[in-house]
Amino acid sequence: MEQFINFSSKVMPLDSANVDTDQIIPKQFLKRIERTGFGEFLFFDWRFNDDGSPNKNFVLNKDEYKGSKILLAQDNFGCGSSREHAPWALRDYGFKVIISSSFADIFYNNSFKNGILPIVVEPDLLSNFFKFSVNDSSYELYIDLTNQKMKDLDNEYSFELDPFRKKCLLEGLDDIALTMIHSDKIDTFEKEYFKNT
Amino acid sequence: MEKKTLFDKIWEKHLVHEEEGKPTLLYIDLHLIHEVTSPQAFEGLRESKRMVRKPNLTFATMDHNVPTINRHNIDDPISAQQIDTLVKNCEQFGIKLFDLNSPYQGIVHVIGPEQGLTKPGMTIVCGDSHTSTHGAFGSLAFGIGTSEVEHVLATQCLWQVKPKTFEVKVDGMRPKGVTAKDIILSIIGNIGTAGATGHVIEYRGDAISSLSMEQRMTICNMSIEGGARAGMISPDNTTFEYLRNKPNMENIDNEIEEWKKLKSDDEAVFDRSLRLDASKMSPQVSWGTSPGMVSGIDNKVPNPKNIEDPVKRKSIEDALKYMGIKADMSISDIKLDTVFIGSCTNSRIEDLVAASKIFKGKKVASNINAIVVPGSQLVKYQAEKLGLDKIFKDAGCEWRESGCSMCLAMNPDKLSPGERCASTSNRNFEGRQGKGGRTHLVSPIMAAAAAINGRFIDVREYDIDWEDY
Repeated sequence: MEQFINFSSKVMPLDSANVDTDQIIPKQFLKRIERTGFGEFLFFDWRFNDDGSPNKNFVLNKDEYKGSKILLAQDNFGCGSSREHAPWALRDYGFKVIISSSFADIFYNNSFKNGILPIVVEPDLLSNFFKFSVNDSSYELYIDLTNQKMKDLDNEYSFELDPFRKKCLLEGLDDIALTMIHSDKIDTFEKEYFKNT
Repeated sequence: MEKKTLFDKIWEKHLVHEEEGKPTLLYIDLHLIHEVTSPQAFEGLRESKRMVRKPNLTFATMDHNVPTINRHNIDDPISAQQIDTLVKNCEQFGIKLFDLNSPYQGIVHVIGPEQGLTKPGMTIVCGDSHTSTHGAFGSLAFGIGTSEVEHVLATQCLWQVKPKTFEVKVDGMRPKGVTAKDIILSIIGNIGTAGATGHVIEYRGDAISSLSMEQRMTICNMSIEGGARAGMISPDNTTFEYLRNKPNMENIDNEIEEWKKLKSDDEAVFDRSLRLDASKMSPQVSWGTSPGMVSGIDNKVPNPKNIEDPVKRKSIEDALKYMGIKADMSISDIKLDTVFIGSCTNSRIEDLVAASKIFKGKKVASNINAIVVPGSQLVKYQAEKLGLDKIFKDAGCEWRESGCSMCLAMNPDKLSPGERCASTSNRNFEGRQGKGGRTHLVSPIMAAAAAINGRFIDVREYDIDWEDY
């Protein structure tokens, strides 16, 4: 996994609550057997009209937000299906951070495995971020994972994060390799666990 | 002695490694895989030259992509490739596969319990969010992503942050026509789709313990729709008797002695609690695009004007627009095009028996296409032995082969834009059953009654034998 490097970016406001993984990546694109190439299908049903032309009203298609690496969404982002294709599509498209007032558990877990940082903020702050980014598409946040801070020109906002997940993101650690360090523990566990079988 | 919940007991028994401030390494007893979320995991193993640590603890089937008519001829080349890939991966890594030729193939969450793979006290994972179904047996069962599938294949373990516990106690006598599906939809309507995020739910109370195993599976299945990490029900005699006739139960009497310990201690403390009264529940219908957007059949579609919270108001406005229905209209005025009875939520034999009682001697309305899709080939066999297929076909329903079918539209069964469906599945998200399709979640008997009437109708008006359902 790539290491997470602190960065500044514009913020794309997606003003919907309960965005489910079926919306993030519709099922017709789940049939690939690779981990890459999902970005062009991100939010497909919202992003494209029935004739295949881009839906001009959808925020991903607005020129002023192009290139944002931070996605802002209302409560309960990533609910529904466990498909890891959702963070694969977000990552492929270029998002590195998603900010919401809450995330569904499986999506939250899947994000970290793919170098995406989901940041949980209080509803009031989320509502402010929406105000700032909707009113001014050039509004930028600096994401400082090392110090767990988001910064704009006026303010600094800290966020909570499990220290272990933070370390994995910053160092780009592979989960399986980490587990293999404990393989003697797994051996011991299995020996005891299966002794009667 | 410290009082423990059922969840605590299972968690502790599977601890492999624990360190302050880090997730816990848990041992996994049963790993189920299917064609959609596993190919990249196997590819990852090959790239890093890793083996499957315990091939005998992983089982595979194909369900999401499988056509329910003419199942051996898959037209979509990408679906066919995913299915071929699963066959090859299972061969290469020595994993038992219930393929399309197997009499036991079916939806992964239907065949686990059917084959006696699911047992009380286990940790069970699968790359599918409805893995929570298996919690009905008093196991800790939850959905994982593909990276985690690869991790379990390689290590038979998983890093987990310990979730909180949530007691949902449902007491009271369930009125006739109110099924397990209506109980879980009521619960989700009550707590919201993010209501249980970060929690494992334990369902308790008379209205839960009086349910059959298949009904309990319906409840636990939809835990994820309330945001829960998992849902579980303490095993009891109903559980033990259900398991007694399943395969892999040679040692069941000794196992039952262990399983009896799998219950929350009397004074165990949950992080949260909710109490509901089943006697006050009515048959539920979802009207919106999220499973928390439900009403009783005797109610009306809500009016966003009455909602103060601007985010919630917008969600309802968006949902009504997508669903093509008006605020304040009666649920029973919603006309339908399609009825789907199936999915890992409601495709087991009891579901089909109950639906058949409604269909018996009746005809599907002329405006309705109705399909009935058994959850597994074994359910199909049982249903045909009981003559249910004939009842469905006589009523004008299509009777299909097993698979996920129209629940998620990854196979040829899907809705067209604007098509409106009464569905016994679990998700009414935008486009879930096909782009532009409109889904209303209901129980199998509500779906059957809607098929006959062409619109939603209160199933309690039917005079049938309600016993056991």
